[in-house]
Amino acid sequence: MPVLVYAESDQGTIKKIAQELISYGRGIADQLGTTLTVAVMTDASAQNLAQYGAQNILNIEHEVLNTFSADTYAAAIAQAATSINADVVLVSSSANSRYLAPMIAVALDAAYVPNSTQLPVSTTPFRIKHSVYTNKAEAITEMTSPIKLIGLSKNAYGAHSFEGSVHTTNFTPELSTSKCRVTATDRATDKVTIADAEIVVSAGRGLKGPENWHLIEDLANVLGAATACSKPVSDLGWRPHSEHVGQTGKPVASNLYIAIGISGAIQHLAGVNSSKVKVVINTDPEAPFFKAADYGIVGDAFDIVPQLIEKLKQFKALNA
Amino acid sequence: MNILVCISHVPDTTSKINFTDNDTKFDQNGVQYVINPNDEFGLTRSLWFKEQQGAVVHVVTVGGAECEPTLRKALAIGADEAIRVAIPATDGLVVAKALAQVVQEGHYDLVIAGRESLDYNGGMVPGMLAQLTGFAFVNTCIKLDIDGNQGVAVREIDGGKETIAVTLPLVIGGQKGLVEESDLRIPNMRGIMQARSKPLHVKEMSAAAATAQTISFEKPAPKEAVTLVDTVDELIDLLHKEAKVI
Repeated sequence: MPVLVYAESDQGTIKKIAQELISYGRGIADQLGTTLTVAVMTDASAQNLAQYGAQNILNIEHEVLNTFSADTYAAAIAQAATSINADVVLVSSSANSRYLAPMIAVALDAAYVPNSTQLPVSTTPFRIKHSVYTNKAEAITEMTSPIKLIGLSKNAYGAHSFEGSVHTTNFTPELSTSKCRVTATDRATDKVTIADAEIVVSAGRGLKGPENWHLIEDLANVLGAATACSKPVSDLGWRPHSEHVGQTGKPVASNLYIAIGISGAIQHLAGVNSSKVKVVINTDPEAPFFKAADYGIVGDAFDIVPQLIEKLKQFKALNA
Repeated sequence: MNILVCISHVPDTTSKINFTDNDTKFDQNGVQYVINPNDEFGLTRSLWFKEQQGAVVHVVTVGGAECEPTLRKALAIGADEAIRVAIPATDGLVVAKALAQVVQEGHYDLVIAGRESLDYNGGMVPGMLAQLTGFAFVNTCIKLDIDGNQGVAVREIDGGKETIAVTLPLVIGGQKGLVEESDLRIPNMRGIMQARSKPLHVKEMSAAAATAQTISFEKPAPKEAVTLVDTVDELIDLLHKEAKVI
């Protein structure tokens, strides 16, 4: 019985986070000796999903799905899973997927384990390793329901390369309208989001005030990065809550996380643990963040960051 | 309006995470337990509904008697009644099914839970509860207003926010923003005294069979020492050639 991946798209394009999920799904399908079906809600025929490991594509079509609602999307994905008798269903860790996944779990009476970090440790019994305690530990959980729903941590597996072609079928679910009606959307389209960013530039109270954030924004612009901040900075109102990174804020799982003037409280470190490479710039050589970092410079942000911006511009010009 | 606030009893955010019994159990030694922060934002918002709109606020948790001090704290802050469902919180689906029974029996109009608990980070109970009860559901909710049976909620999305109009009954997955950090309340002596005489019902029920059971835990391997550099040039060189991230 096949594995089903729900591949999210944004304005017709399959998201990067979904490419990784497709490869992960193919890995599980290979482990189980079955095939991978990728459920999409857009025409993905031109996007060569086979290169990430897709074998079959299920194109879910219904006019209700033209705008996102967790309840209608969850119903559509659950029906799609039932239509192909999938016994493993995979979702990403985007805000929308985390929103709809628990509803799929109930619809399929499936155990649900989010924050998976690798392929199942074993398939009989079915055991998944996943992060818990905000990345301070990992757990191995045994799933015993007939259908299993797994959420993959962002950037935990990576997209792999495959060759082959896909077979596409259309599927029309039976849906009623959503219980939720979106009346306004406020989304900056010209800014990299923390969720999608490969690089995140983050700053703390060491920046001394909101008027100095142009340094952080300039650095982020050079790197094509998202900007973030520590909890005190958002509590002080220097930056919006949506930029707060940490245990009670957003998790960051980027390739590179640059922390400027952030001492590294345990709650902050927990939120950025799953970033691959961490760079710390801080005046205090005893700042706890240095113990969690890969690279560090002991120095004043107001001295280091302008240099970093200039040198990175030169670097980018040479390596463009 | 009848409000049910779902509360998780979790280790304080500063807790050191360790395991015992051959890495099969969480080490509670020296750990302080608190109301899960995401739940506390929702609880505080529900107290605003109580004070401004005459709502009645019940709090509920699923777990053993060790969770009761956390429920008493919620009562001390201002909740009217507490319920403890006396079954082990084995997995998210078991907890959601137990809460669904409480919701159906209690005729609640609004259920507020935290977006996720800080121990298992499952983020699943609110959505499961909504699906089980047939209530509308708004997750990662950062603002909530209720007028009669109509709700207006603001949801945080990747890179922004959206405003959602919804008809009660409603389940909310809440987080910071429902109220500000500075709005959170510390129980005062009068509240603590009153909480002692407020009802705390212990509800027995048969638990659904667990289908996701944690077998063991692991702590991450200790990190290698940081590479300190003196110049920005060295840093860029390392990030490019060694770490390969730029």
